[in-house]
Amino acid sequence: MLRCEAPVHRPHSLEDALALRMELPGATMLAGGTDIMVYLEAGQLQPTAIIDLSGVPALRVLRSVTGGQYYGAGLTCTDVVGSAHAHPLIREAALTVGAVQIQNRATLGGNICNSSPAGDTLPVWLALNADFELASIHGRRRVPAARFWRGYKKTEMRPHELLVGIIVPPLAGHMHFRKVGTRLAQSIAKVVFAGRYVPAVDAMLAFGAVGPVPMRCPEAESALIAGASPAAVAALVEKEISPIDDVRSTQDYRRKVAGNIVRTWLEGR
Amino acid sequence: MMIRFLCNGKAVEVETPPMARLLDVLREDLRLTGSKEGCGEGECGACTVRIDGMTVMSCLVPVYQVDGTKVQTIEGLADDVVHPVQAAMLAHGGAQCGICTPGLCMSAAALLESDPKPSREAVRVALAGNLCRCTGYQKVIDAVAGSLVEDR
Repeated sequence: MLRCEAPVHRPHSLEDALALRMELPGATMLAGGTDIMVYLEAGQLQPTAIIDLSGVPALRVLRSVTGGQYYGAGLTCTDVVGSAHAHPLIREAALTVGAVQIQNRATLGGNICNSSPAGDTLPVWLALNADFELASIHGRRRVPAARFWRGYKKTEMRPHELLVGIIVPPLAGHMHFRKVGTRLAQSIAKVVFAGRYVPAVDAMLAFGAVGPVPMRCPEAESALIAGASPAAVAALVEKEISPIDDVRSTQDYRRKVAGNIVRTWLEGR
Repeated sequence: MMIRFLCNGKAVEVETPPMARLLDVLREDLRLTGSKEGCGEGECGACTVRIDGMTVMSCLVPVYQVDGTKVQTIEGLADDVVHPVQAAMLAHGGAQCGICTPGLCMSAAALLESDPKPSREAVRVALAGNLCRCTGYQKVIDAVAGSLVEDR
């Protein structure tokens, strides 16, 4: 039995949501609830107030914009999976979040703002050079995904801000997503990877669950652009990441798997 | 807070704290105990119900979010006769202890509405959020993959 007496606010417009965010800087944001409800049930969160974002239509759009695609932070994984326009890499990541019942509720913005180092979609935003659009009653600003996660569960977001959307520029290249967990569905990643590679031009190798924040491997990326072998790139990846031993896996296993993911992708390409 | 929704086709009103879990409101306030609590953290799927047709883990849904929606639980799956999924589960012996069965039936029913002749792989994916600890998956998958086929 979950006991939480916090008052719930349900704005129906973005303006109202931002006004509430200003008025209640300590409030907990809730959209699909797939993380928040777990924290509440476990007694890990004692909110003073809840701001429910599930009734704000402006957060649930997917559209083309100058400079790429715009994903509203309130899109659910199922929205993305079901959209013919969604980027294949984002779609693939969304399909690995929990299982159908979780995908029906869990939102892109929730995954990003929960900022678990193991968040399934997070390396994808790095690999795609995405920008996050943050809004407050004072205006909007864009933060590159690469600068959003500042430390374990710490983000660039200010107390009065909301994540409203994600801008994904049109990028070419070979792309790959891979999540390794205990089982395919309903598992938290031991290692999650998103990569993009344009031979001799550009490379992005982004990982989750191998450090306090989702991270790229700049040395391995430079080596890949310069034409290093898959094995050499994989060896740099293993060196650059900083996994830990925890309840889900060991750092040795995570290093090996991270290297293997990159090597087999590059070899098979 | 007064929450009003359609539960298995019937209009219901419940006075409840808004952050109460849908699962608890169903089981305690409405006495619909078919939805089970397995893990209570969205891992096992035993509490699966449908909100406006979408399957959800009812242990992860704060009840205020179902205000004005249509909720279907296992109690609302059968009409006068058992649902084809339930019939197939019976025919294939797709249940042992039964704790996961209501959730499995809800996920399977949702699948068959969008994909009436699912492949075994599609069934596996659709039921991946419903864990069975009696290791009864084969018979469950046999049942769901075969249910509407046999029905015809």
